[in-house]
Amino acid sequence: MIEISIEKELLGSLGKMDLCIDLRIDRQSFVALSGQSGSGKTTLLRIIAGLEKAKGRICVDGEVWLDQNVYRAPQKRGIGFVFQDYALFPNMSVLENLLFVKKDKALAEQLLEMTELSELAHRKPATLSGGQKQRVSLCRAMMNRPKLLLMDEPLSALDPSMRTKLQHEILSLHKAFETTTIMVSHDPSEMYKLSSRVVVLSQGKIVQDGDAKSVLLRTQGSQKFSFEGELLDIVKVDVIYVAIVAIGQQIVEVVLDEGEAQNLRAGDIVNIGTKAFAPILHKK
Amino acid sequence: MFEKITALELTPFFISFKLASITTVILLIISLFLAWKLSQTRSRYKPIFEAITALPIVLPPSVLGFYILFTLSFHSPIGQFFRDVFGIKLVFNFTGLVVASCFYSLPFMVQPLQSGFEALPKNMLEASYIAGKSKLSTLFRVALPNIKPSMLTAVVITFAHTVGEFGVVLMVGGSIPSETKVASVAIYEMVEIMDYQGAHIYSGIMVFISFCVLLLVYIFNRKQNSHFGGLS
Repeated sequence: MIEISIEKELLGSLGKMDLCIDLRIDRQSFVALSGQSGSGKTTLLRIIAGLEKAKGRICVDGEVWLDQNVYRAPQKRGIGFVFQDYALFPNMSVLENLLFVKKDKALAEQLLEMTELSELAHRKPATLSGGQKQRVSLCRAMMNRPKLLLMDEPLSALDPSMRTKLQHEILSLHKAFETTTIMVSHDPSEMYKLSSRVVVLSQGKIVQDGDAKSVLLRTQGSQKFSFEGELLDIVKVDVIYVAIVAIGQQIVEVVLDEGEAQNLRAGDIVNIGTKAFAPILHKK
Repeated sequence: MFEKITALELTPFFISFKLASITTVILLIISLFLAWKLSQTRSRYKPIFEAITALPIVLPPSVLGFYILFTLSFHSPIGQFFRDVFGIKLVFNFTGLVVASCFYSLPFMVQPLQSGFEALPKNMLEASYIAGKSKLSTLFRVALPNIKPSMLTAVVITFAHTVGEFGVVLMVGGSIPSETKVASVAIYEMVEIMDYQGAHIYSGIMVFISFCVLLLVYIFNRKQNSHFGGLS
């Protein structure tokens, strides 16, 4: 059980804000931390790791990590941390990066095997692709068999196919090592696939907390389906208006009447939903 | 001309390079910790320490030389302390030269090291802390191996700068043959007695050695950059 109850004043995207978090996390669970940039996700992760100081209390499995009188250094927390930009040691080979954490060659080889990196064991990080680097970083974080694994947007710099591959690897490592995991992510499909619980932050506060489905599903009431998108443009065609909306990586057109068109501006975040028809799924 | 070269008194060069080598080794050890500390500190007093470290760059060597001379002489408590406790004098001898050179060349060692440390990704050092490694262990196993080009620049510039110093060594060392008369001072004296041929040879050797050293540094740094392909 991890109990976090912390407060810290920080400079967010909208000026000063208070990060104020109260969170209990069960052992071996996989928590996704989501929210807009500047909402305090990364800071929360860094406070848990001991890389930043804060007021309050952090208690992990009965051990106090942070308290009025206690501050346990990151060196003594026995955690794993995966950075968005990998943070590998360029002067060491892949294997040396792992052994730097702990001289446990059997474990290092097992991890490299699991992530299909065995053949790259003696290569330097500079010669690896982004996906390979992040797998090394993941393996390195598992080297001290951490009770708690923290990941700060580990997959956001990678292309979609590499993301899918790494998601599987993260999941299999999570299961094999039974590590309690907190991952910052922006990708709903990633959170859905990996996490058992999604916590959404906004302006330093928890605004949503629940299982992946209840937090991430966008439909309401009798809606058959609903997407959030960004309105890119509104074009007048004869008597009707056509809105161009970006949803994820795709762009769609939606017909609007004049009244609707007048209330919308390019750049607005909109919800597109439908009630009357059942959506049709085709395999591509 | 040929006779002149074979009859050349090489002792001033020998003293110059001995002085530069010792100064570089001492400064490397001191500056590693100083530069690391400066690069990692978040103290608001950091600019004060940086300004003090950089002072020798802007001060005229005579000012620096004067203060060092004054501080190390028997007229000051520090000079008296060294005379009474260790029985050594620190002016007008080689030891004094080393002490003065360490002050004079300090920024040339600290600054390249500090900017090397500061250019390291913060996450990389944090990854080492999270792996359970202390700050000292992180310095030697992660930070230092990844700033090799900065370290080489610092060592070579410090060495070259110490070989090239003139004002401070003249003031603190005097010009005692075979003791404190370094190459730059020897050239000055040759010009003063209008031995232009000797001054030409000495100066030519200085230019040649300095150029070769700098050339090697730039070649090495170029190779390092293409080898590492930047930090990742």
